[in-house]
Order: sequence, then structure tokens, then C-alpha cells
Amino acid sequence: MSTTHYLVLSAILFSLGVLGVLVRRNALIVFMCVEMMLNASNLAFVAFAQQNGNLYGQTIAFFVMVVAAAEVVVGLAIIVTIYRTRRSASVDEPSLLKY
Amino acid sequence: MSFPWLTTIGVIPLIGAFVIMLLPKASNELAKRLAVVFSVIPLILVIAMALQFDADSTAEFQFVESHSWIRSFGISYSVGVDGISLVLIALSVILVPLVILAAWNDADDAMGSVKGYFALLLILETFMVGVFAATDVFLFYVFFEAMLIPVYFLIGRYGGPGRQYAAVKFLLYSLVGGLLMLAALIGLYVVSAQELGTGTFDFTTLTNLNIDPGTQKLLFLGFFIAFAIKAPLVPFHTWLPDAAAASTPGTAVLLVGVLDKVGTFGMIKLCLPIFPAASAFYAPVIIVLCVVGILYGALLAIGQTDLKRLIAYTSISHFGFIGLGIFAMTTQGQSGSTFYMLNHGFSTGALFLIAGFLMTRRGSRLVADYGGVYRVAPVLAGLFLIAGLSSLSLPGLSSFVSEFLVLVGTFEKYTVAAVIATLGIVLAAIYILYLYQRTMTGPVKAGCEKMTDIKGREALAIIPMLVLLVALGVYPKPVLDVINPAVDRVMLQTGQRDPEPAVKPLAESGPAKQEAQRVVGTVEGGAR
Amino acid sequence: MNLTQTFASVVASSQIDANNIEPTVNNPAVATGAFSYMWLLLALPLLGAALLLIGGKRTDKWGPYFAIAMSCGAFVVGAIMYLKMLGLPANDRPVNLHIWDWVIVGRFQAPLGMQLDQLSIVFVLLITFVGSLIHIYSLGYMKHDPEKRKFFAYLNLFVAAMLLLVTADSYLLLYVGWEGVGLASYLLIGFWMYKPTAATAAKKAFVVNRVGDVGLSIAIMLMFVTFGSVTFPGVLNNAAEGNPTTMTWIGLMLLLAACGKSAQFPLQSWLLDAMEGPTPVSALIHAATMVTAGVYLIVRSGPIFDATPTARTVVMIVGAITLMFGAIIGCAKDDIKKALAGSTMSQIGYMILAAGLGPVGYVFAIFHLVTHGFFKANMFLGAGSVMHGMNDQLDMRRFGALRKVMVITFITFSCGWLAIMGVPPFAGFYSKDKIIEAAFGVNWIVGAVALLGAGITAFYMTRLWTMTFTGKSRWTEDNKHPHESSSVMWIPMAILAFLSVVAGFMLAGAIETWLAPVTGFEETELAVSSLVMEAASLALVIIGATIAYLQYRRDVPLVAPQHVSPLTVAARHDLYGDAFNEEVFMRPGQWLTRSLVFFDNRGIDGLVNGIAAALGGLSGRMRRIQTGFARSYALSMLGGAVLVIAALILVRT
Repeated sequence: MSTTHYLVLSAILFSLGVLGVLVRRNALIVFMCVEMMLNASNLAFVAFAQQNGNLYGQTIAFFVMVVAAAEVVVGLAIIVTIYRTRRSASVDEPSLLKY
Repeated sequence: MSFPWLTTIGVIPLIGAFVIMLLPKASNELAKRLAVVFSVIPLILVIAMALQFDADSTAEFQFVESHSWIRSFGISYSVGVDGISLVLIALSVILVPLVILAAWNDADDAMGSVKGYFALLLILETFMVGVFAATDVFLFYVFFEAMLIPVYFLIGRYGGPGRQYAAVKFLLYSLVGGLLMLAALIGLYVVSAQELGTGTFDFTTLTNLNIDPGTQKLLFLGFFIAFAIKAPLVPFHTWLPDAAAASTPGTAVLLVGVLDKVGTFGMIKLCLPIFPAASAFYAPVIIVLCVVGILYGALLAIGQTDLKRLIAYTSISHFGFIGLGIFAMTTQGQSGSTFYMLNHGFSTGALFLIAGFLMTRRGSRLVADYGGVYRVAPVLAGLFLIAGLSSLSLPGLSSFVSEFLVLVGTFEKYTVAAVIATLGIVLAAIYILYLYQRTMTGPVKAGCEKMTDIKGREALAIIPMLVLLVALGVYPKPVLDVINPAVDRVMLQTGQRDPEPAVKPLAESGPAKQEAQRVVGTVEGGAR
Repeated sequence: MNLTQTFASVVASSQIDANNIEPTVNNPAVATGAFSYMWLLLALPLLGAALLLIGGKRTDKWGPYFAIAMSCGAFVVGAIMYLKMLGLPANDRPVNLHIWDWVIVGRFQAPLGMQLDQLSIVFVLLITFVGSLIHIYSLGYMKHDPEKRKFFAYLNLFVAAMLLLVTADSYLLLYVGWEGVGLASYLLIGFWMYKPTAATAAKKAFVVNRVGDVGLSIAIMLMFVTFGSVTFPGVLNNAAEGNPTTMTWIGLMLLLAACGKSAQFPLQSWLLDAMEGPTPVSALIHAATMVTAGVYLIVRSGPIFDATPTARTVVMIVGAITLMFGAIIGCAKDDIKKALAGSTMSQIGYMILAAGLGPVGYVFAIFHLVTHGFFKANMFLGAGSVMHGMNDQLDMRRFGALRKVMVITFITFSCGWLAIMGVPPFAGFYSKDKIIEAAFGVNWIVGAVALLGAGITAFYMTRLWTMTFTGKSRWTEDNKHPHESSSVMWIPMAILAFLSVVAGFMLAGAIETWLAPVTGFEETELAVSSLVMEAASLALVIIGATIAYLQYRRDVPLVAPQHVSPLTVAARHDLYGDAFNEEVFMRPGQWLTRSLVFFDNRGIDGLVNGIAAALGGLSGRMRRIQTGFARSYALSMLGGAVLVIAALILVRT
């Protein structure tokens, strides 16, 4: 399989993630879609690393995973707090905080 | 390394401010006394420094200190004084203790703390000394902007009605000017880097640059507008009446008396020497602005109903005179302007403080609420009259010397402008005497009967200014001797000379002629 | 009688021919010996003023006496200087005392120095002598005023400033004295500041004078630009070299200054209002000394006017106009002080006219100035004495028949009255007739005006004299018992009355010799003999006096009649000088001020606040884009990312 196939897959996964973020209202689902976008980019990094024959892409992929893990921790905590106070995990609810 | 005079003078008030802030909350009286102590020490130091100052020195700056600060941009902490900055530093350190004395009870009912007020005044003193002493243009800019902070709080937290509006207006105006100046400053740095290889902010190096005229004009405008807002020249003036009216009298004195002088100081010390071609190019326009300002400020002063706004407008008229002298580019004009800066500090300072005394007694800012005050408070009225007379430049007081020099200096090159500006002396008589007539003479108005005469502490704050005005009016030589060499240097850096008289003197008396030759000789002989 | 003796000795020593003397080059010698103490002239009265003002209430008791001592001290110093000068040959008399460097900037060199020459010493003696007498008189006049000390302090301040004016050695220093006397005048006119009229009059005097000062400022600037100097030697010795146009401008600007200070047309309006001040002030400042400073300025600047016939002609015309102006006003006023003020204006018109005649007139301008100083001060003090006796009544229609109750005042005043009319051998005869003759020598129209003025002078002075001292009493209820003033008041009057009688006779001929080395002097060439001239003017005087006496001897209505000629109505309104100023300067000025205040608040500040409001409004709108929906932010982020990528791709290809 050539790099192109991996990249196409990565693009499809990324687009699915974007679509999910934009259309879903549940915060948890939105969150998972964000993870999907991150992983789509990880796939692209790894594919390029394979093509170039060095480890830079792989290293960055690990970094992304670490950052994603940290993000999940903070994000989930926020979502849980919102759910506790508002009895809902809809991402539209916090619009009350505007202005 | 000799004694770091300027740094010491600058730092002592700052230390004082910290000490006062660390005091426990209830110790207001102690804070006031400490403020006096910490403002008198710099005064003594400046007197000691001035005594060592060598007016005829060939060096541009004296008491120089220089330490590298941000090496990669060629920025250094460099301070030093020449005749012009020495005079203005002296003005600052004389006014601060007097203001503290006069403002003894100003902050008692304010929303901010009493010790905060005096600490801010001292911090302001540090910045004022710094801005006049800086010989690195970047350092000048830093102090120029830093001054806004204490003043913003002094107006916004301790002022009267409308203080928030006034403080924000003041800040925004100054920031706009500061932004333009920053842009021009960076431009100047880039130009110096192109010409010298490494960029610099050193004042003396910058004056020796050969900037091409087009660039000069742009950079000049950046600096000039900043200074014109600060000074303020018409039409950038509307922040001043609001700020002066809303602040306490003490703040108003420092604001109008010293802070605004940074603008005119910048014009003569930065704009002219660094951008000589652009200065000469814009001079006619600026002269027109100044003449308009003189008459406009005076007419508006006549029409004011608020005591402090009135005094603020008189200052706008006076700043027109100062600008006129600077951009006339003659020795007489520039020496006159520099001397004017000093005298204006004292005369307007005294007027503001006395207006403050009136307001604490009567509780009103409106001119119409006063009348016949001279019957109940004759000494106060008398001091007010002297301060007013110096504001209208009565001959015999020092403001006359400076105003006349400005007019003569302008007349040499811009005859029409000088003649129109001279009409300002009639308007000055009207605004001062009309004010005096409305407030002090006539039958005693209801509400003024209980006004008390001036007290010891208040008199102590006013009288030194008036004594200086009289003494320097009769014997201005010590100050003029300090100013003249510095002005000669500015003239040289600007490449300007005084026009020759139309008729060569035939029977001029001996000593005077030699004196004239000596002065001309130093101008020509001074190395660039 | 130091003064009379010394002047008399000049008469004896004036053996040289006084005809056609050119002024010597103005090159005063450095003051030595007694002359080096001439700074005392300024220091003594200044010390008095400073001590009394700073000392405050503590000096209430002895302050007035101290002030008198200082003024008399200055007179003694002046007299010593004069005697010293008398012993020197004419060309060695001018001396200069350099006190210290004053304003020294580049080429602009104005020392603080005094110059004493034949011209200034005349003024020094006049000022200190009349000034001292009026100090003494004030002791009686201001006896019951609670602020007597301040009054004397201001008087001393005035004497110091006036002495500075006449002894300054540069135009810039003269300017200091010039405005110094203006300040003293302001303080003294407004001495009773609780009266709004007094405060207004004081302000008006100062402001109108400032208009004149603009002229002086510009003249000094022109001198500096032209000659590179503002000292008397530097300017006057080179005046002949100047470009005629420039010299004309300098001359006209000096004239403007003189018009302000000496209440000449068109800046005359303040003098009548200035009568709000205490009467000794009117006598000293607004009759004898300060208002004549303009004459001093023009005579001192003689070489400038010699270089510009145009300016000199204008001076002459201004003098002639004011001469008639003041005389006409003087005819219609019922207020005794205002009538005298009109007369002062008119007499100074004579002096200015004489000064505008050039070397034929300079000396007589000063001559008339001196005699006028004596007789007008005398009459003002007489008027003060009348007011004092009549409970501060000023309206002449309420006087009458005072001759019997105020004998001394009547006699002294009559001396002044005869002197001002120019009845021989009283003082005015010698000085005024010389001016009329000189005027005829230059231009017969001006001469005719001066001659006619003499007739009108006789009319209004006789009117004043008749209404006050003769006829039936028209006293009001509250002052039925007029009385003679105390000796401290009448002695100065008597001295001045004596001088009004003899000064002209004593000085005639001598003063020409004395002043000629400074001012220059030319004998007037007349077609007719001066005896004819004298007879003509005397005839006019007698006609004027007779008409006035016959008209006002008996029936003087208590209220001024309303149905009178338009000229009288105009004269009562100061020939509409105030109305003119009000319509042309004050009203438009007020309108301009008001509209500028509006413009500043709504225009400039409105623009600034408008920008602020516009920015605020714009941000308010833009805020609405931030809906708070996280997903719409995400959409805009996506849009942005797509745009950036598209741009990158486009740029690449």
C-alpha cells in the first residue's frame, strides 16, 4: 500500500471528525470526534514517517497522543461539571456565558 | 565613576513611595510628613547638582551615567543633563514638595487611600526626573509612557466629579500620541541601523545622522504629534481642561506645570536636533497652529465659568507661546520658550493651588459662586493677583522676560505671526483681570462670608513660587546663563542662525558688543 | 522750595543762545560719585511699598509716615542728582548706571541700568516733588480709610514704577516701568474694590492700556530687528540710518503706546472712568504724572520721529483731535472730577501735539507737562478738598457759593484755573502759548485748533469754577455744613498753587537751554509777531471765560437739562467713545467668545467624543457576532482553515 492510501484514509477520518464536531450536540460525541481528528493526523504523520524513512513523524504522533490524553482529562472534567450543574451535556448550553 | 546624581535624585522619591505604601493604613499624617521628606531630599540634591553644573562646558551633557540595558537593540540606561533639562528637572523637584504641602488634605475624602495619593505623587516625580534626564531616546519613551500610570490613578481615583471620563480621555489621548511616537521611534532605529550598521537610540548619535528629508518628515510627524498632544497644542487640547478640572489642584499643577512640559521639551530637544530639515519644513504650519492656539486658548479662557477649566485654557494659550518660540528657531525664541516652561510652571502652579484653596473654602468650582473675596481673605486675594499678574506676563515678573523673548525671537523670522501673537497679551489681561474682578472684588457674595484667609502651610506652598517669579523677573541671569549655551547648541544642531539686524550698530556701547561677539563666537566655534 | 530755587539758578546760568540746538549723540557717561547712588531713586519707594505690603497690619500705625519719608527721600536724592548735574557742562550731564545684566540672550542685550539726563531729571523732580506733596495730602484725605496703609504702599509702588519709567536706559526696561505704573494705576483706581464700578474701571484702564502696550511691544521688537539693540544709545543714535518705512512703523507703534498711557484718541475711554479712584490718585497718576508718560516716550524717542515725518504728522493730528475731544467732553460734564479728567485729556493733547511738531515743540511739550503737573494736581487736590467738605458729593450742580466757606481751596483753585486758561503771568500762559505758536509755525490748521482749544479750555474751566465756587448754594440736605480741609491737605495745595503762579515765569527760556542738548531745539519762525498770537489767544480766553461766567453765574438747574444740543448730548456720553468700543469690540468679542466655547465643546470635543462613540457603537455591533455557540465558532474556524489552505495552494501554483 502506498502512502496515498493512508493519506486518503486519514483525510476521510478527519472529515468525519469535523462533521461530527459541527453537527452533534452532545459534548461527549463532539469530544470523540475531536479525538478522531487528532488520530487522523497521527495516521498521516506515521504514513509520512514511513515514506521518509525517519522517526520524526512517529515522535510527533506520540506527542499528539500525550497531548490528547491530557486534553481528555481536562475536557472530561469540564463536561462532567457542566452536566452536574445543568443536567445536560449539550454544547449549546454554555452559550449563556456569552458577553 | 563619579557620584550618580541623576539616578539618586530619581530613585529617592521611588523609595519614598514604597516606604509610604508599606505604612499601616491609619498612619496618614506620617505618610504626609514622609512624603515631604522624600520630596525635599531630591530638591536639595538638585540644588547641589546645579551648583556644580558648568554652563560653559563643551560637553553636551553633564552628570552623565550610562549602563547597557538591552544590548541587542542598542538600548542603554543613559542619563545626563544640559541647560534645558536641568531647568525642567529643577522645576519638577521644586513643584513636588510645594504641591504635597498644598495638597495636604486633598485626599482625605477621596475614594483612594491617603498614603496612595502621596505615593503616586512621588512615583510621578521619579518619572518626571527620568524623562527629562534620559539621553537615550528609548529610555525617554519608557518614562514618557510610564508617567501616564500614576497620573491616570491620580485623576481617576482622587479627582472630583467627572474624574473617570477625564482620566480615560487623558489616557487615550496620551496613548494615541505614544503609539505614534513608538512607531516613529522604531523607524528611527531602523534608519540608524541602515546608516551606521548597528542601530542605536543614543541621542547624540542620532542627532548626527543624515536622514533623508522624506523619511525625516514622516518620523518628525510621529514625534511631533505625540508632543503636540502632550503639550497640548490646538487642536489636540480638549483633554487638558477636562483633566485639569476633574483632578485635585495638586495633580493639576503637576499635570499642567510639569507633565505637559515634556511635550515642549521633546519638541526642542528631540524634534529639532534629530530632524532639522523636517522641523524647518513644518515650522510655518506649526507657527500658525501656535498663534491660533494663543488666541483661541485665551478667548476660551475668557468664556469659561469653571475656575479650573479657565486656568487650563490659559495654559493652552501659554503653550502656544512656548511652541511659537521653539519653532521660530531663533536664539531668543528658544531661550524664551525654555524659560517660559519654568515660569509657566510657577505661575500656573500658583493659580491652580490658589483656586484649590478657594474651592476647599467655598466648595464650588464655579466662578459665579465667588465675589468680594478680597474683603474676607485679603492675603489670599493678593497672592491670587500676583499669580494672575505673572500669568498675564506683567513686566518685572519672570514670565514677562520669557514671553517677550519668545515674541522678539518670533518677530525676527515671522513678523506677522509675532504681531498677531502680541494681541494675546491684551486677551491675557482680560481673562486674568475679569476673573479677578468676578471672584475677588465687588460686594461679598452669599456663601463667601465665612471664607478664611490663607493659613501657614498653604502660604508656605504658594510664596516660594511667587518669590521665584519676582526674583527671576528682576534677575533672570542665573537661569538664562544655564539655558543659553544649550539653546545655542540646539540652534547649531538645527543649522539655524539668527537674522542680522537691518542697521549695523554704529555707536553701540563697548561691553555689550563684545558680549554679543562672544556669544556668536561660541555658536560658530562649537564643534558639531 | 528747593525746586524753585534750583530752577531759578538755571535762569541765571542760561546765558548761551538757545536757538537751534542739535541734540548731541546719546552717549551717557558711566555714573560715578554721587550719581552711582541713583539706584536709591528706585530703591527707596520700592522699599516702602514692599515693607508696607509684606508687613501687613503690623505697619498700620507708622506705615503711611514711612511711605511719605521714602517718597520725600527719593525727592532729596533726585534734587542732589539735579544739583550735581547743574555743575557739569551740558554734554557731560547724561550719565548711565549699569546695575546688572538683565535679559541677555544672544544678540538681545537689555541691561538693568539707569540713565539720568536733562530730560529724565525734570521728570524725576516733578514726580518726586508732586508725589511727595500728594503723599502728605493723602494723610488727611484718607485719614479714616481702614486700608490707609495699602493706599500708601500703592502710592509708593507708583512712584517707584514711574521713576523706573523715566530713568530706564533701554526701551525694555522702560516697558517695565510703563506697565508698573499701569499696575499701580489699576490697584489705585480699584482701591475701593467693593464698588463694582471701581473694579470695572480699574480693569478697563488696565486692558485699554494693554492695547497700547501691544504697540510698545511691537515697537521694541522692530527696534531690535532693525538696530539689533533696545537700549537708548543703540536705537536713537542709529535712528537716522533706518529704513523710512520701518521708522514710520516704529513711530506709529510708539504713538499707539502713548495713546494708551496718555488717554489719547482712540484709546481715551479709560481716563474718565478712572476717576473712580480716590482723588489724590487722580491728581498724581491721572493728571500730573502717569498720563504724561506718553509725552515722555515720544520726546525721548525724538530721533525716531525725526526720521519719519509721516509718523510725526500722525502724532500731531492725534494730539489735535484729543485736544478738542477732551475739551468738548469737559464742557458737558457735571461731575467735577470727570470735567477735570476731560481737561487733562485735552491738555495732554496739547503736549502730544507739541511733541508731534518735532524739535520746535519737544521742549514746549515738556514745559507744558511740568506746568500742567503743577496746576492740574493743584486743581484735583482742590476738587478733593471740595468733595471732602461736601460729604463726597461730586455733582457740580450741588455745589455753588463755596467761595466763602472754603477760602483757601477757593484761592488755590483759582490759581490753577487762571494758570490752565493761560492768563499772563500764570504758568499756563508761558507753556501753552508757546505750543500754539509752534503749531502755527508748522501748520496753520493745527495752530487754529490749538488756538480754538484755548478758548474752549477757558469756557469749561470757568464753568467748573463758577458752578463750584460762586453763585448761590445748591447743597443737598445731608451736607449743609461744608468746611475747609485740614492743614495737612491745604498746605500741599498752597505749594502747588504757588508753583502754578510762578513756574511758567521761572522756567520760560531756561527750560529750552536745559533740555536742548537731549531733545534738540529750533526757534519757531512766525509770519506775525508772537505778541499778536498772544493777544489772539488771550482774547479767545476772555471770550470763553465770559460766556461761561455769564451762563453759570446764576441759574444752574439741580438736574441737568434734557433738551440740549446734540453736541452736548454726545459730550455727556464721552462723544460715544464707550459706545463705539462696546459695539465694535466688546459685543463681537463676547459673541466670538461664546461661539468659540460652543465650538470647542461641540466641535472639537464633539469630534473626539464622536469618534469614541462611533468606535464604541461599532464594537457593540461586532460583539453580536459572538453568539456563544461553540459549534458556530468551530464552523468559522473551519472556514478560516479552508481559506488559509486554499490561499496556500493558490500561491503555490
